[in-house]
Amino acid sequence: MTALAAILIRDMRIAVRVGGGALIGVLFFLVVVTLIPFAVGPNLPLLKQIGPAILWLAALLASLLALDRLFAADHEDGSLDLILTGRAPLELVIATKGLAHWLTTGLPLVVAAPLIGLLLNLDAPAEITLVLTLLVGTPALTFIGLIGAAIAVTLRRGGLLLAVIVLPLTVPVLIFGVAAANTVGSVPFGTPFTILCALTLASLVIGPFAAAAALRQEME
Amino acid sequence: MRLSAVDLACHRGGRDVFAGLSFAVASGEALTVTGRNGAGKSSLLRTIVGLVRLVQGKLSLEGGDPELSIAEQAHYLGHQDALKPSLTVAENLRFWAGFLGTQAADIHPALTAVGLHELADLPAAYLSAGQRRRLSIARLLAVKRTIWLLDEPTSTLDISAQERLAGLMRAHLAEGGLIVAATHGAIGLETARELRLGEADS
Amino acid sequence: MAIADLANPSRFLSFANRTIPWLGGLTLIVFAYGIDQAMLAPDDYQQGATVKIMFLHVPSAWLGMLGWGVMSVAALGTLVWRHPLADVAAKAAAPIGAAFTLLCLVTGSLWGRPEWGTYWVWDARLTSELVLLLLYLGVIALWRTVEDPSRAARAAAILTLVGAIDLPIIKFSVDWWNTLHQGSSVFRVGGSTIDSSILIPLFIMATAFTLLFFTLHLAAMRNEILRRRVRTLRLLQASAAS
Repeated sequence: MTALAAILIRDMRIAVRVGGGALIGVLFFLVVVTLIPFAVGPNLPLLKQIGPAILWLAALLASLLALDRLFAADHEDGSLDLILTGRAPLELVIATKGLAHWLTTGLPLVVAAPLIGLLLNLDAPAEITLVLTLLVGTPALTFIGLIGAAIAVTLRRGGLLLAVIVLPLTVPVLIFGVAAANTVGSVPFGTPFTILCALTLASLVIGPFAAAAALRQEME
Repeated sequence: MRLSAVDLACHRGGRDVFAGLSFAVASGEALTVTGRNGAGKSSLLRTIVGLVRLVQGKLSLEGGDPELSIAEQAHYLGHQDALKPSLTVAENLRFWAGFLGTQAADIHPALTAVGLHELADLPAAYLSAGQRRRLSIARLLAVKRTIWLLDEPTSTLDISAQERLAGLMRAHLAEGGLIVAATHGAIGLETARELRLGEADS
Repeated sequence: MAIADLANPSRFLSFANRTIPWLGGLTLIVFAYGIDQAMLAPDDYQQGATVKIMFLHVPSAWLGMLGWGVMSVAALGTLVWRHPLADVAAKAAAPIGAAFTLLCLVTGSLWGRPEWGTYWVWDARLTSELVLLLLYLGVIALWRTVEDPSRAARAAAILTLVGAIDLPIIKFSVDWWNTLHQGSSVFRVGGSTIDSSILIPLFIMATAFTLLFFTLHLAAMRNEILRRRVRTLRLLQASAAS
């Protein structure tokens, strides 16, 4: 257990200290959301209607940030070798790294979303459902992203390939996340939200196993 | 404890790096693996530790923990140092001690043994290459494992650090550990046997 | 003492240590006077007392731009004149300029809310300020990401100058975008033009804000110099220990 705690603490420390820190994901989130009205026009009713969708798309793209460094950094400095030969099961180590990534990238997005939702004229009920769906859905984005990060670990320009691999896999999460976040419409909150929860739970299991298999393949 | 290998072969990039390799190392013994560049010294160590798949031959460990693999009972010191520049010296070592060890270890004796205790709170980014190597070596001291697999351990070390490492290796052997070290030159283990790679046709 | 003497970090530190208390005190005095005058100024016949937010909003907009101007001059100092403290000035100015821009956005949002009913309407001026804030945050992220201070300085300097050129273009584009979508009705924060009786308190507040900017800027530069000294000491410590 101390092995996994050590990984969690280390990864979170690095995420906070290196690069722009944990907030650069939030900054990217803000930038993407700001761009939409320039393209679509400052039509407030329209922005309110597509607001949850925009926020979900922006959160999806922002979650991809730092994913490509997740395993690549450890691969480059030799830490991955030692992790592969450690006593903690690789699947659990990967799950812990995923947790660290979500805590430092996904969770800040969830916290920032209501504030940024103000820019898109979302009202309070819409904000609340949006935050709930993001809270449940962003872990799925991280854990599905783990798979792509593991597959792309040895590649130099891994970032774009990672996006190309991961984004299609996240389509179900996006569909049900936005459906649950849209309070306007005929679909009630419960059904898509439950499916979203199921998708997340599935990704929490499938992600680490698939990523571990990919890493073991890469290393040989 | 006894680590033995029978008829090991390794393929890398489509060619045979080595084949038909056999050796045995017991507790208190050291084996130095020598040979020109490309002879397969690093590949041999990585095969023992399980990072390269064994295509032929057999590796076995007698007297160890039957529940654990060889890798889980060995320390692997590769070419890279496995250090994070944004963490301090102490944080780096404490991480590996926590990850590889079975209980929370006190890292200060290890840092003192490699002469880095004064720099414990310095971010690892500020260290020189030799200091980073010494910090990696400290990892071997912070967590007790019987087998040491060392790939060019003295690279980037100055003379005094090399002598210090030789002393640490001798102490490890005296405690019943065993060492397999790939090296170009002498590393201060007079009692070690030598395994030369790349001499026979491969 | 000539400006050129300030190029020496140690001399700058002693200059800053002596100047900051006085500048800070002056800032407080002018703020007190400005707020007093602002409170005495007449209410707007349409908006009532909320018009007084203008005394925070307009100066902070001015300061957001001043911040980028200071950064641009510092950027030229880094790239063209190679002044030793130019990058320190640039790095120190960025968060302060960003903070004032954020203050501008928040006050603008609060000011407009009674009139609009929501917190944000993509009004042309506020949207330009939002893009300015994003530019600030981008430059701050750049400062934090590049490890080596001198490389960070050059990268940030180039970005700052490109931003300085781009800002008028952005302002023009956003104004055009706004009229394109809203036709002739313009959501202008604050509505009508500024009355002259409010001009003097506004000017005093603007002065107070400017003094505040430079007080904070000097303090931030001092902190940055000290931070670099710590870094140098750590490098020395690492190389001194064998």
